[in-house]
Amino acid sequence: MLTNEEVAQTIIQQFGDAVSDFDDPFDLLTFSVTREQIIPLIQYLKEHPTYQIAFLTDITAVHYPDSPGRELCVVYHMHSFVNNYRVRVKVYLPAEDPHIPTATKQHLSANWMERETFDLFGVIFDGHPDLRRILNMEEMDYHPMLKQYPLEDATREDKIDALFGR
Amino acid sequence: MNPSSPSNKSGEASVFFITSEELLNWSRSSSLWPLTFGLACCAIEMMGAMASNYDLERFGIFPRPSPRQSDIMIVSGTVTYKMADRIRRLYEQMSEPRYVISMGSCANCGGPYWQHGYHVVKGVDKIIPVDVYVPGCPPRPEALIDGFLKLQEKIRAEHPLTGDKPTPSLPAEERRKA
Repeated sequence: MLTNEEVAQTIIQQFGDAVSDFDDPFDLLTFSVTREQIIPLIQYLKEHPTYQIAFLTDITAVHYPDSPGRELCVVYHMHSFVNNYRVRVKVYLPAEDPHIPTATKQHLSANWMERETFDLFGVIFDGHPDLRRILNMEEMDYHPMLKQYPLEDATREDKIDALFGR
Repeated sequence: MNPSSPSNKSGEASVFFITSEELLNWSRSSSLWPLTFGLACCAIEMMGAMASNYDLERFGIFPRPSPRQSDIMIVSGTVTYKMADRIRRLYEQMSEPRYVISMGSCANCGGPYWQHGYHVVKGVDKIIPVDVYVPGCPPRPEALIDGFLKLQEKIRAEHPLTGDKPTPSLPAEERRKA
């Protein structure tokens, strides 16, 4: 049985200053890593003889428009089937330079997830074999999940459930 | 003895008369074969309508796997901009006469995405002509069946041989009197 404490110590020993912000909300080990070390980290977790955190569950991103220099956060979720253990890794990027290396060489499943993250957030995965939009139409010229578009008026009455037969 | 009753078969031939236009309309409206595809949660209700509880096949409605064999397209769900091209292409691949049922709020007008949805076509009638709109979110199978009955009414009023405009259908009250 792996403990968050044990895994965190191993990662700190291996990556030193490149990892930070360790936390375990809902017992899920969460930490940040620099853009340069994310691929070595994924490789390391995948090939670790006992951890074997070798399944990439999800890649997504979050937009923090109010934190300068750390506007975009790319989030990786990984899972070890052998130990039934999960880990969450974050990489913060500045809005003017949204580049991050691709994880498709470590996990083939990263291909579509990175396309989705590019489509919705505009994160550019360097080295991706085919970085096209995947959900939205090709002609779209913006990234819709960025928090820079007006929200709808929450008090409006013309879209209440009753009008849709619910 | 009623000779047309199936329990009273005497073996004697019987004859009935019908105009060729009525025959065409009858055959078209009695074998509406929809194109098999679903777009969102409305498709679950459509599948429910086709399964044994509601049994759309008793109306001659039987899903086909190819647009070339289909008479009707049920747009069951949210039409995204990415899907719009494909819908249009499928519609153009269907042979005439072809009909479209727009099922549910999303296909009718964009539904809950009608103002701020960046990815949703605000009504499938912006892409292809729609014959019957079925409201609901999602509509129950009964509502879809009602949509088919409305479409059958519409087909029966057509004049496929002369090309005249369809006979306007009477309102329900006057139909009962007539």
